[in-house]
Amino acid sequence: MYGFEALTFNIHGGYLEAIVRGHRAGLLTTADYNNLCQCENLDDIKMHLSATKYGSYLQNEPSPLHTTTIVEKCTLKLVDDYKHMLCQATEPMSTFLEYIRYGHMIDNVVLIVTGTLHERDVQELIEKCHPLGMFDSIATLAVAQNMRELYRLVLVDTPLAPYFSECLTSEDLDDMNIEIMRNTLYKAYLEDFYKFCQKLGGATAEIMSDLLAFEADRRAVNITINSIGTELTREDRKKLYSNFGLLYPYGHEELAICEDIDQVRGVMEKYPPYQAIFSKMSYGESQMLDKAFYEEEVRRLCLAFEQQFHYGVFFAYMRLREQEIRNLMWISECVAQNQKSRIHDSVVYMF
Amino acid sequence: MDDFLDKLPQMDLMRSEKMTLVQLIIPVESAHRCVTYLGELGLLQFRDLNADKSPFQRTFATQVKRCGEMSRKLRFFKDQIDKAGLRCLPRHEVEPDIELGDLERQLADHEHEVLEMNSNSEKLRLTYNELLEFKIVLQKASGFLVSSNAHAIGDETELHESTYSNNGFIESCSLLEQEMRHEPLNQSGLRFISGIINKDKLLKFERMLFRATRGNMLFNQTPSDEEIMDPSTSEMVEKIVFVVFFSGEQARTKILKICEAFGANCYPVPEDITKQRQLTREVLSRLSDLEATLDAGTRHRNNALNAVGYSLIKWMTTVRREKAVYDTLNMLNFDVTKKCLVGEGWCPTFAKTQIHEVLQRATFDSNSQAGVIFHEMQAVESPPTYFRTNKLTNAFQEIIDAYGVARYQEANPAVYSVVTYPFLFAVMFGDWGHGLCLLLGALYLLARERKLSTQKLGSFMEMLFGGRYVILLMALFSIYCGLIYNEFFSVPFHIFGGSAYKCRDTTCSDAYTVGLVKYRDPYPFGVDPSWRGSRTELPYLNSLKMKMSILLGIAQMNLGLILSFFNARFFGSSLDIRYQFIPQMIFLNSLFGYLSLLIIIKWCTGSQADLYHVMIYMFLSPTEELGENELFWGQRPLQILLLLMAFIAVPWMLFPKPFALRKIHMERFQGRTYGVLGTSEVDLDVEPDSARGHQEEEFNFSEIFVHQLIHSIEFVLGSVSNTASYLRLWALSLAHSELSTVFYEKVLLLAWGYENILIRLIGVVVFAFATAFILLMMETLSAFLHALRLHWVEFMGKFFHGDGYKFKPFSFALISDDDE
Repeated sequence: MYGFEALTFNIHGGYLEAIVRGHRAGLLTTADYNNLCQCENLDDIKMHLSATKYGSYLQNEPSPLHTTTIVEKCTLKLVDDYKHMLCQATEPMSTFLEYIRYGHMIDNVVLIVTGTLHERDVQELIEKCHPLGMFDSIATLAVAQNMRELYRLVLVDTPLAPYFSECLTSEDLDDMNIEIMRNTLYKAYLEDFYKFCQKLGGATAEIMSDLLAFEADRRAVNITINSIGTELTREDRKKLYSNFGLLYPYGHEELAICEDIDQVRGVMEKYPPYQAIFSKMSYGESQMLDKAFYEEEVRRLCLAFEQQFHYGVFFAYMRLREQEIRNLMWISECVAQNQKSRIHDSVVYMF
Repeated sequence: MDDFLDKLPQMDLMRSEKMTLVQLIIPVESAHRCVTYLGELGLLQFRDLNADKSPFQRTFATQVKRCGEMSRKLRFFKDQIDKAGLRCLPRHEVEPDIELGDLERQLADHEHEVLEMNSNSEKLRLTYNELLEFKIVLQKASGFLVSSNAHAIGDETELHESTYSNNGFIESCSLLEQEMRHEPLNQSGLRFISGIINKDKLLKFERMLFRATRGNMLFNQTPSDEEIMDPSTSEMVEKIVFVVFFSGEQARTKILKICEAFGANCYPVPEDITKQRQLTREVLSRLSDLEATLDAGTRHRNNALNAVGYSLIKWMTTVRREKAVYDTLNMLNFDVTKKCLVGEGWCPTFAKTQIHEVLQRATFDSNSQAGVIFHEMQAVESPPTYFRTNKLTNAFQEIIDAYGVARYQEANPAVYSVVTYPFLFAVMFGDWGHGLCLLLGALYLLARERKLSTQKLGSFMEMLFGGRYVILLMALFSIYCGLIYNEFFSVPFHIFGGSAYKCRDTTCSDAYTVGLVKYRDPYPFGVDPSWRGSRTELPYLNSLKMKMSILLGIAQMNLGLILSFFNARFFGSSLDIRYQFIPQMIFLNSLFGYLSLLIIIKWCTGSQADLYHVMIYMFLSPTEELGENELFWGQRPLQILLLLMAFIAVPWMLFPKPFALRKIHMERFQGRTYGVLGTSEVDLDVEPDSARGHQEEEFNFSEIFVHQLIHSIEFVLGSVSNTASYLRLWALSLAHSELSTVFYEKVLLLAWGYENILIRLIGVVVFAFATAFILLMMETLSAFLHALRLHWVEFMGKFFHGDGYKFKPFSFALISDDDE
């Protein structure tokens, strides 16, 4: 089918693609961010946002605002967009859209399990969950004591079930275990998503494989950096890397044996796309790495909109909105805590 | 000639109102009142002088925020009132205008009050729900427990007394009996948890329990008969009472966690029956107490909301106005001393005195020492376009504006559209029966105008209502054209006397084959009814309608060209007259104007000449003799002359204008080295708006030349294709009459031929529906759209620039309409 999407894509996907491109046009621009950065308090932010797509979501909030309210309402907008698109979608696009949620589901599972481990109230935890990653029995996760129970009790009903095959152990849950579980799940999820996109073929496969490969590589680097100095063995570490992406397989071999950040850097600089990211940082620094990766991701996501007739735009839009909400959260926090000088530290501009 | 044109009376709609750029310098203390009064007047459009500032950096940002907050509170009240099922009726007595600060305080008080009452009643509601659920659980669950107790302990009295038994309960009873036969309840450490859960979660809940306890539990359920209100959404939800039997402490914690996770409320039910009864009684008494309290609370709250509701609408408009005033004030600048606000805006020249009066009144009312300074300014940009329309012309102006808002002071096609638009429509829709139907519809809309204009209509009705006068005129013209075509639902009538034709003999057998003979003067008005059904009906009508559409088209295009002359004259550009208007006129009229002339001569003389032949051979071999196709003396030399003129006109409209423009530019450029100020200033006065934009830019000769080339080619090709385009008048009118003939003959007459009343009825119904939906709705729409196209492309393309922008005055009347 490659090259012929234009012929048939619009039969089912035309409306939604138009919708998503319309949504994308509603993303905040640099001018908006500049204005937001000049805000003196959260009411100013609300006032500015009322002129954007978030307006109707924020207009009925009583005046002493909190950062959480802003973020909550903005997320609500994202969720509404998503639900609208999901309602309108037919196969295989609906499956594609469902895939976008799974990442949040994994995060939510981990959040609840970690929370219960530290004896936090379940309702409180549920409020913190990302609404996109909600499923019916999520609150029941608190009952489980180990992975096997987790799987048997709750997750077997969810789409995450197949990803669990790798991490079925009867060990009791602890922080380390949970982190490994998260990464194993993520690995399985990304690989599955990647395979699904390949199956779809055409421009979707081309664009999504690029985006997912970037995601996989980023995770690989993050896993490596975070596992430096822990008891995770090299083999275990290597098991957590997704089996695709630019770094697969030789980069993974090298990453697996890295012992400090400069070694990671050495490995990554062999790959031209990542060289630019790492060359921006001074040696031994990993603070700015996240932002650099985010910036690169946003750049790639924006590029996805340059091509037509593929599903990558939906993925890209969701990710861009999430990034925008992260930006808004950071700006609101900075404004609320009077740290305006630090606003530019973490805001990733789009376009 | 010029004198004559200047003496023509001024047409109001022909050109948009003269606008003046004015500057207002308002002392701070009277600024608010001034702007309010101006808003009531609604004749001044403020320019945003702070466009570079974001909304919260502006001077009155806090006030705008306060207004936003107040409107949020008002929305909250409206929401609450709607939820409580009350109506906010404005009280009839006139309330005094309220100060913004007072209103803010009042609103805050009211909101506080309502919120407090809400939270109180919510708490009460929560307790009430809990008790209600407890009651239901007690009633339902005791059934299970009673039966199990009865069986296990051997107490036999209770089963029959249980008043809550139902089918499901009996079923589970028997299940229980099987289950419990071997182990007595209390001794085995078998315990139970009872509770209530939403119906939609039940299945998952049960499955989860089963998994968590590995099947070591017994789940009983029965629907609660009452629906319980969900406090968060205030919807009634169905709930299910359940009792889980299990053993072991670990299972208990698990089950409790699952209950919590699913939002199931657990209530302890004592096993002892006397205790149960006692508990039920307690719960019931507390329930009735709570109910009374809740009722009282609701009544109190409704009273409070009613009090708000009386003035809610008034407050809403007040807040909306205040917000608009502050938004406008935000467009003004502070002057250097910070004591005055400086505003700029456009107003129609005729409104200057009114504005002046209003400003004086405002100064007086606010006891300000310094008056408002109000003076005119030199405009740099083009002024907005403002037409003073009335109910009738407004719809036509809207049709024109949909294409493009007229450039400032350029000739307005809406003036002519008022007549030409419905007329062209009617040419395509000529049938006086259908016209009468349309007329009735339009009259209905007009009769209920007052009522309909106040209420909200659907988007479709809104459109119909907005165009009611268009429809009225279309209907009247359709009746007129229908009388000319002599069609009443496609049936001809002898309205204006008898037909001019009669049969050859008395039997009239060959009327439809050989034809009729003319025996007296032509039918006085319109088409002779005898044409209907004759062999030559179509050729006759086609020839008539085709020629008529060409005549109408040429006339309308000439009108467009003449308007372009008036435009050029008004803007003082003789270049456009000499090198554009004149050659265009010559070109169009030497070819198609000549054709029109031939048509008219042919009609008048009744000549048999073939016009196709004449027109085609005018190009192919202009020198050849015309022979029998000659219509008048000297036709051949005239044709050669016209052809030559048309050929000359093409380079005439193409070459001179760009070169002349370049020459002007060169002269100006040379002049500029000596004295920039003088020339440019003069220039501004001569051409108030049009030339300024691109003259100040770099002069690019090739671009202008290419532009002119495109323009000329478009005109030359366009005059052919536009003329052909007017043939749609013929095509649509033919289609309309043929369609209605088909419906009349093949449906109505066919059905009438049967003696059966049912078939006749069906025939009438089908005919009525076909007429209503296909002829009256679809055909109207298509004729409307074709008339629209003829106006937009063929007519307005000749002269209309349409790159202006609309005058949007700051007016309260306009604000209160949107934002609903």
